[in-house]
Amino acid sequence: MQLSGAQALIKSLEQQGVDTIFGLPGGAILPVYDPLIDSSIRHILVRHEQGAGHMAEGYALATGRPGVAMVTSGPGATNIVTPIGNAHMDSTPLVVVTGQVASAAIGTDAFQECDITGITMGITKHNFLVKSAQEIPRAVAAAFHLATTGRPGPVLIDVPKDITQSTMDWWYPTTVDEYDLPGYRPEVALDQQAVERAVALINAAERPVLYVGGGTLKSRASKELLAFAERTKIPVVTTLMARGAFPDSHEQHLGMPGMHGMYSAVTAIQKCDLLISLGARFDDRVTGKIPAFAPHAKVIHVDIDRAEFNKVRFADVAVQSSVAPVLRAWDAASATPHNLDVWWKEIRSWQEQYPLVYDEPLADGPLRPQHVIEAIGAKAEPGTIVSAGVGQHQMWASQFWKFEEPGTWINSGGAGTMGFGVPAAIGAKVGRPDRTVWCIDGDGCFQMTAQELVTARSEGIPIKVAILNNAYLGMVRQWQEMFYDERYSEVYLSADLPDYVKWAEAMGCVGLRATNSKQMHEVIDEANSINDVPVVIDFRTDSSEKVFPMVAAGASNDDIQVHPLQRGGAK
Amino acid sequence: MTPPEPFLGVVDHTPVRHHILSVLVENKAGVLARIAGLFARRGFNIYSLAVAPAESNARFSRVTIVVDAESAPLEQIVGQLDKLVNVVAITDISPKDALERELLLATIQTDVDNRTSLLDIIASAGAAIVDVDAKSVTVMLAATPGNCDELEKALEGFSDVELHRTGRVALPRLGKTAHAY
Repeated sequence: MQLSGAQALIKSLEQQGVDTIFGLPGGAILPVYDPLIDSSIRHILVRHEQGAGHMAEGYALATGRPGVAMVTSGPGATNIVTPIGNAHMDSTPLVVVTGQVASAAIGTDAFQECDITGITMGITKHNFLVKSAQEIPRAVAAAFHLATTGRPGPVLIDVPKDITQSTMDWWYPTTVDEYDLPGYRPEVALDQQAVERAVALINAAERPVLYVGGGTLKSRASKELLAFAERTKIPVVTTLMARGAFPDSHEQHLGMPGMHGMYSAVTAIQKCDLLISLGARFDDRVTGKIPAFAPHAKVIHVDIDRAEFNKVRFADVAVQSSVAPVLRAWDAASATPHNLDVWWKEIRSWQEQYPLVYDEPLADGPLRPQHVIEAIGAKAEPGTIVSAGVGQHQMWASQFWKFEEPGTWINSGGAGTMGFGVPAAIGAKVGRPDRTVWCIDGDGCFQMTAQELVTARSEGIPIKVAILNNAYLGMVRQWQEMFYDERYSEVYLSADLPDYVKWAEAMGCVGLRATNSKQMHEVIDEANSINDVPVVIDFRTDSSEKVFPMVAAGASNDDIQVHPLQRGGAK
Repeated sequence: MTPPEPFLGVVDHTPVRHHILSVLVENKAGVLARIAGLFARRGFNIYSLAVAPAESNARFSRVTIVVDAESAPLEQIVGQLDKLVNVVAITDISPKDALERELLLATIQTDVDNRTSLLDIIASAGAAIVDVDAKSVTVMLAATPGNCDELEKALEGFSDVELHRTGRVALPRLGKTAHAY
């Protein structure tokens, strides 16, 4: 069967089971948009290529399936660099197809030419410049294989226009050998000796902690984690990337560690004698000052990527594997620490002394951002998916939302990409149309990518956006208040400009506003009653609110600052 | 205040804790850029790098990289390198087990006054004269990096020298094996 390169590309994506492409056409990718008309694949036409990338990420994080984005060459390609970098930092499986100028024009500074494989070399797991139409199926199959196996990540396929316009004899690789990846071996046999040495450390532990990272979600190990944790009674912390991997309602869950982590989670790590890292990478936002991090702990480091071992922290035992098989092996070996009653007693005392708190809500406003998140959470049906941008609102969402299952928390962790929330929520809703999707956003973040609500409205993707509008770039403001003597530099945004309600309405969404507690409850109820169009709520929040607990950048986790209400020993 | 001096480069003697990585890569466009980019963005130092088609297989090339194991733990360098999809195999030879050789080519301007001393230097280094005319001599030395260093130093006294070195390649000494990752 003879196909054009463009037809082969679409057919290859269909072959991979792709149901949705997020994209925006342009010159170099034009040939591929023609066979798309006849394809079963749904295309979501975004308003900016960055939106396509973040939507694909949201889709991937909510479904566990790779997200797919397609854009044109030059500026189309560079506009999607931020999502690619974001997916790289968070190990999110993504396949990005970029158009490229015709082969003969490459290297001539042609119109809308850019070296996107060169640009993305350091922020993709791998990328391809396709050299012939006959190679398209292989490139697509290999891209999906790379994106989804081992440590997942973004893969880019750059396809010159003459390649999509030329013809090929249709074929599709059926075995991994045909992917032509002689240097790629994602499967590693489980090192039984390492497993046994880990079991010995667990058996010897008196104050262990399970430090659960995003890799636990990526390896779909939540069930195994629950079983192992319940059998061993070991306390669990879930990083920002792992929220939802272990139920927040579980009594063994201490919450999130790190810079804005729960006091008990941070302190348990500091005091533990064994830190069991499951798909976590000792990020600086978790460790704080590295020499002072978990100073008494031996470390078991489980990761599919061996380059993570000893990168930041020495691992007494390193187990190269995805998380689930290791937990099963430890269960099979009945790894069991000492009686943890004393350890738990200590942990419970920290939990009692330093729970998450915030200032009393004021009836007449301004609203407490934490209160808004709790109110939305209280009225949300189970399984609701939450996305966030980056900043204070993201930390509060992670702290005050109760995550009970995997795939319900969509956020930008490693890269910290402002503007991630709205497009990621749209992607999540496309992937999980059965679920309610809330985006908890900040006013600064919202302004970066809000135009994608036009996409949401026109494509019938009814997400709900809660803007915690404090009129500031709040996290930067917080740092300037705490570390720059309250010298506020370029952080004020205004609560009224833009008018978020009018803006929402202009984009075909329902726009609502709440300035006090009564209105807050009313607009949340109203938003929950609307299921056909996107809803945007402008919550007017207190700009002086800060995120606590906090470990200052570069400080030891022992120097965690609790909420002012809790200072001086008071609760 | 005087502005800081621009960076003019430094004579980079082989680091004491160097390792020789022999990296088999797919012979695809951009592979070298991937390796160089990785070293640059992770802050790993390359002392020398030599690339050539691999033995009897046009599909692969062999890259011999002398890395500074002071700049980053070898485990990190190898672990990150191995994640490059086009990297097929990595072996590491520690300096004490390595048979290292490098090629040096140098063209020296010469006249009646210094020709004899130049020929002495060439002879004592075990170098070969590969080209010669009335005013100049081109010599070649295939030897250990240390011997190449010595010849380079000995030629410093000559006023007009053009000297190129390839960077080293290495194999394990007989009876020793490279560590395969």
